[in-house]
Amino acid sequence: MLHLILFLFFGAICVAGAVNLLVQSHPINSALSLIAVMASLAAEYLLLGAEFVAAVQVIVYAGAIMVLFVITIMLLNAGVEERSKGSRVAILLGIPGVLIGGVLVAWTLLYRSNTQAVPIGALKGDPVDIARLLFHDFLLPFEVTSVLILIAIMGAVVLASRPEALARGARKDEG
Amino acid sequence: MVPLSYYLLLSGILFACGVLGFLIKRNIITIFMSIELMLNGVNLSFVAFAARWHALSGQVFVFFVMVVAAAEAAVGLAIIISVYRTRETLNVDRVNLLKL
Repeated sequence: MLHLILFLFFGAICVAGAVNLLVQSHPINSALSLIAVMASLAAEYLLLGAEFVAAVQVIVYAGAIMVLFVITIMLLNAGVEERSKGSRVAILLGIPGVLIGGVLVAWTLLYRSNTQAVPIGALKGDPVDIARLLFHDFLLPFEVTSVLILIAIMGAVVLASRPEALARGARKDEG
Repeated sequence: MVPLSYYLLLSGILFACGVLGFLIKRNIITIFMSIELMLNGVNLSFVAFAARWHALSGQVFVFFVMVVAAAEAAVGLAIIISVYRTRETLNVDRVNLLKL
């Protein structure tokens, strides 16, 4: 019973944050509501018995990635977004389509799937087991992701640096 | 004891909010945040299925998704900065030319 109450509480925060992200017109407000979504998702992971994932969610997502977002918003001095006119066809076709799709998905998940309750702590999610899986069974994907990160860092540096700074660096190399 | 379907429903709602934000928002940074929201919704269903089937590999996949999200955030925000430098705007409706 307590699990259900906690799930509903944090789930409500999640949905409220996600809706708030859509409603707000200033990006910094959207970023803050996204942080609320990520923090309450970490609580949901705790309820599922995934402690390590919850900790990483807070550190990496709510910490590192969102700091990047907030820094970019402040660096670019992003203001209130301008609204553009929507198309009539999209509204006429989209809203009934979304309603039908949503009802179908909810009905399938709630009544047609063989779902069982997820007991808390049923899964051994401690870092030792995860590390054994990550560094043994998933060693090749792990190494590939490290290459991916390296490429992403180089790409970010090249893209975000000013062209004249790059040219200066090249001249320095030649001379 | 919370049924698995509730977690899947929450994950579906988050993903749908992300898709909706991707479609209706006009600020390029907010569009990018909607993508992060979608990734988070998928992560929740990964963890829920990992708990349901008692398979830890679902949790390991969450880490891979996080790594991809971090790389994507770094590169994407760098692209946003360079777009802003050339166009002086963050509105995607005004970024409609490949070459200035």
